[in-house]
Amino acid sequence: MSRFVVFLTLIALLPTLSFSFSPENPTDRRILVLLDDISLKSSHSLFFKSLQSRGFELEFKLADDPKISLQRYGQYLYDGLILFSPTIERFGGSVDLAAILDFVDSGHDLIMSADVSASDLIREIATECGVEFDEDPAAMVIDHTSFAVSDTEGDHTLIVSDDFIKSDVILGKEKIEAPVLFRGIGHSTNPANSLVLKALSASPAAYSANPKSKLSNPPSLTGSAISLVSVVQARNNARVLISGSLSMFSNRLFRSGVQKAGSSTKHEKSGNEQFLTELSRWVFHERGHLKAVNVSHHNVGEADEPSMYRIKDDLEYSVEIYEWSGTSWEPYIAEDVQVQFYMMSPYVLKTLSTNQKGLYYTAFKVPDVYGVFQFKVEYQRLGYTSLSLSKQIPVRPFRHNEYERFITAAFPYYGSSFTMMAGFFIFSIVYLYNK
Amino acid sequence: MTMIAITTHFVPRGQQGSRYPIRSCQSLTRPSMAASEDSNQSKIRTVFGSVLSFFILILIGVLAFSIRLFSVIKYESVIHEFDPYFNYRVTQFLTKNGIYDFWNWFDDRTWYPLGRVIGGTVYPGLTLTAGSIWWLLNSLNIPLSVETVCVFTAPIFSANAAWATYLLTKEVKGTGAGLTAAALLAMVPSYISRSVAGSYDNEAVAIFALIFTFYLYIKTLNTGSLFYATLNAITYFYMVCSWGGYTFIINLIPMHVLLCIVTGRYSSRLYIAYAPLVVLGTLLAALVPVVGFNAVMTSEHFASFLVSSVGTMILPSNFVVNFSLQVFIIIHVVALVYYIKGILSPKMFKVAVTLVVSVGLVVCCAVVAVLIALVASSPTKGWSGRSLSLLDPTYASKYIPIIASVSEHQPPTWPSYFMDINVLAFLVPAGIVACFLPLSDASSFVVLYIVTSVYFSGVMVRLMLVLAPAACILSGIALSEAFDVLTRSIKFQLPGLPENSQIDVSLILFMLLTIKAGDTTSSSVVTQNDAAKTNKNEDTLKERPSRKNRKKEKEHVEKTSIKSQIKKRLLVLPLEASVAAIFLLVLLGAFYVVHCVWAAAEAYSAPSIVLTSHSHDGLHVFDDFREAYAWLRHNTEVDDKVSFLHVYLSVVCLIFLNLFLHGIMVWNCSCILIVFTLLEL
Repeated sequence: MSRFVVFLTLIALLPTLSFSFSPENPTDRRILVLLDDISLKSSHSLFFKSLQSRGFELEFKLADDPKISLQRYGQYLYDGLILFSPTIERFGGSVDLAAILDFVDSGHDLIMSADVSASDLIREIATECGVEFDEDPAAMVIDHTSFAVSDTEGDHTLIVSDDFIKSDVILGKEKIEAPVLFRGIGHSTNPANSLVLKALSASPAAYSANPKSKLSNPPSLTGSAISLVSVVQARNNARVLISGSLSMFSNRLFRSGVQKAGSSTKHEKSGNEQFLTELSRWVFHERGHLKAVNVSHHNVGEADEPSMYRIKDDLEYSVEIYEWSGTSWEPYIAEDVQVQFYMMSPYVLKTLSTNQKGLYYTAFKVPDVYGVFQFKVEYQRLGYTSLSLSKQIPVRPFRHNEYERFITAAFPYYGSSFTMMAGFFIFSIVYLYNK
Repeated sequence: MTMIAITTHFVPRGQQGSRYPIRSCQSLTRPSMAASEDSNQSKIRTVFGSVLSFFILILIGVLAFSIRLFSVIKYESVIHEFDPYFNYRVTQFLTKNGIYDFWNWFDDRTWYPLGRVIGGTVYPGLTLTAGSIWWLLNSLNIPLSVETVCVFTAPIFSANAAWATYLLTKEVKGTGAGLTAAALLAMVPSYISRSVAGSYDNEAVAIFALIFTFYLYIKTLNTGSLFYATLNAITYFYMVCSWGGYTFIINLIPMHVLLCIVTGRYSSRLYIAYAPLVVLGTLLAALVPVVGFNAVMTSEHFASFLVSSVGTMILPSNFVVNFSLQVFIIIHVVALVYYIKGILSPKMFKVAVTLVVSVGLVVCCAVVAVLIALVASSPTKGWSGRSLSLLDPTYASKYIPIIASVSEHQPPTWPSYFMDINVLAFLVPAGIVACFLPLSDASSFVVLYIVTSVYFSGVMVRLMLVLAPAACILSGIALSEAFDVLTRSIKFQLPGLPENSQIDVSLILFMLLTIKAGDTTSSSVVTQNDAAKTNKNEDTLKERPSRKNRKKEKEHVEKTSIKSQIKKRLLVLPLEASVAAIFLLVLLGAFYVVHCVWAAAEAYSAPSIVLTSHSHDGLHVFDDFREAYAWLRHNTEVDDKVSFLHVYLSVVCLIFLNLFLHGIMVWNCSCILIVFTLLEL
């Protein structure tokens, strides 16, 4: 009986195992949602439902649940993590700052939302991801020019923004018409950090301050330097979304209409749903994920890959690149993929031609330098996972019998040596017998 | 058994009278001037002498081989240090893939990412030697591993080197000196340091090749035989294959040739000894990939040394063309001059000389101008930094710190001379003096050899290895001459004793004490022979002891022997002094043997990859290196890169791992730049 139960459990687990994140199927499946309060589950249900309807398995836990853990026996239990717990000071169970960073470092994705009076723990996680929240815990982003028009004249902390990142890969091809409503804390990103991108920026007139107190000093964060929502793609292609507002995920802001101050157009529905849904698609690898397969290289006219090239060989190089569409691998089409033939510096740098079906190919001559070379494809484009292929191949000099046998330029020397031999022969005969 | 044979053999000789009281059994070149009944015994003596020297040589070979086995006994049959491991790896490749793949081997496992063209950058002699030995043994169904063959290559070749020393010294001063020199070389610590079992480095075979090339040169010089000249070129080719030190040969021999020309010793034998060597040797040397056109293009090591010492050279100092080729031209000019001198009357000759000199001066001026321009355009005057540091010991530390940084390229300290050649250092001056009594072409060569090698060993501690054979040869000559004089003195001082018993006493004394003492019994004859030669030289201009000449020699001997007899009587030393001197010399030899055995056992037998330390609680063996390599081998992937900042360490790892490695050798500066770029990243 017990054996039967185990068997059933295994059967039940099989789909979970098979659907988990893998190179072949890069979309995340199992997602842990950590909440401050269980009521968030219902107040933000639209966002969660859109995830569930796309096939994600969400597991809701309170952030201070003593039983939560991200991994068991060295295996991660989840592919993604949603932190909707801005005020948590200490996670329950074995989860802490280091565990979450390890989770991201091992290639998993993270959606994290801070809010006004975010805890130090949340701030630290954000800092590790390259994002600095405003140091004042009570600060909010205030915008007196592009706030959401409402019935009551508020303190202009519910702001609207339509300064999206310009990337079809991250935000989808469909244009987001309505602006996004935001109420929360602002953050800044280090411009030197190329991995962090501002997905949604505040308007130039915005600033970050405590709305309840009088502004004594100039605000530390102002204008479009304030990032409302940032995304990070780490070098291992793990993706992180950091938002300064938890309420922007809520059903209320998803549903509410929006009218920007000073604008006559009133949108029936805010852009929050579309913006955050598309962003979550990107974060959870439903889009913008590339893979390169079938790297092959061989001499022109041959099919097999040699173990070593010779200098001045003509070779052909090809690679297939596909993009994940969420359900299947589609050919990736671009004109800017380049291959390097590299030994400490690229000796050959060529743009690959494509057949529009995912195959990229080129042909070139091996340089007249021997050594251990690499075929390198370094492809980094905004929104796409970075491709970094390298394949090592030694290049040897000519063998002793591969040089030119008779050099035209040396014919005078051949001639001189043969005349010398003939002359010596004749001289010997004359000297010996001429008496 | 042998002793009895000797004594019985000497009895009848004592009855012949006292013309040659201390003639030994080894009268190899000794002509028989006695009556017909004596000629038979003389023949027996000759045969017996050759047999005895043959067995002595066998024993010397065994000694040379076995004194180098301390490392195997104390540790295990393992390859030492770092370069030998590289050579071992190359040998493995050779035995596995054959010679063509070896020749074209591009190794992508070392010097990542540059790789190394092994076939074109190693001296293949050692590898090919060990590979052939392995192949021969395997084809005889003796299944030795490549490693075993590599470990024992050096001891085998040091036995060969000892025999080659015998041959060379025999050509210079006769059999006795030859045997003494061979015995000294078999255990000279300087050579042991590079040729203990497991020290599988180029020097292991190169020293043999060096000595053997010199032997063949001297042999050609003495006989004027084209056969030996050709052999000499082939041996030189082997030397070029084996070691970068071949430049020593190809500069020393021209120096000697030039010396002979300048001192008026030009002869057709000199021409035959030199011209084929240069033509064939240079052609053959150019076949070795690592040498290639360097055989004719570079002026290495000793060129300028000589150029400055000889102001009267017909060609001015040519820095671009190899020194040996300059001398090649000179010897042809000299040969032409001698030829013309022979066919023209003296008056005509004078006219021709003025004509040639006036034309030659014009040509010379033009050539000098071109050369000065060429030399001025090249910053290093066409020499490599290593060679420049030889000529100017402070050059490297000033301009090329990387060469100076290698400890082998530092000047040696005084104690290292005592450590490496021990008592030979005191015997060498005596040997030089002996070489001048009388000075022949061969002995002048030896003197030149010792002078140059002493200078170069003083510049670079590594070249102590080149000094060692020269020191052994000269010490052998010195010891042999000394024993000759002293034993002869004893002989003349003891007329009252019965001849036969006296001979027995002296012989037993010699045979029992040391090998050297035993060897030197034979040397007395040689000296007599030399003395005979000196006299003979007065009659027939510069006869050399060739096989053909020997018959002529016999005719002269009867007269000269009596003369030399009288001469020798005047040269005797007091009996007590002689006995004491013999005793002291034997003591000196004994010290030398003790020192050599100590050096072989304690100083030079440690394989650097296994370390030991003695402490109060016993012997500790550190096998950490090999442990570390084993760890690396088991914990890295095939394509992993391991970077080493140790001078030679990388080479060891090649054996233990099959990885991409990067190490810094004194290879070139760009490699080091790469490593630092890596570290910066």
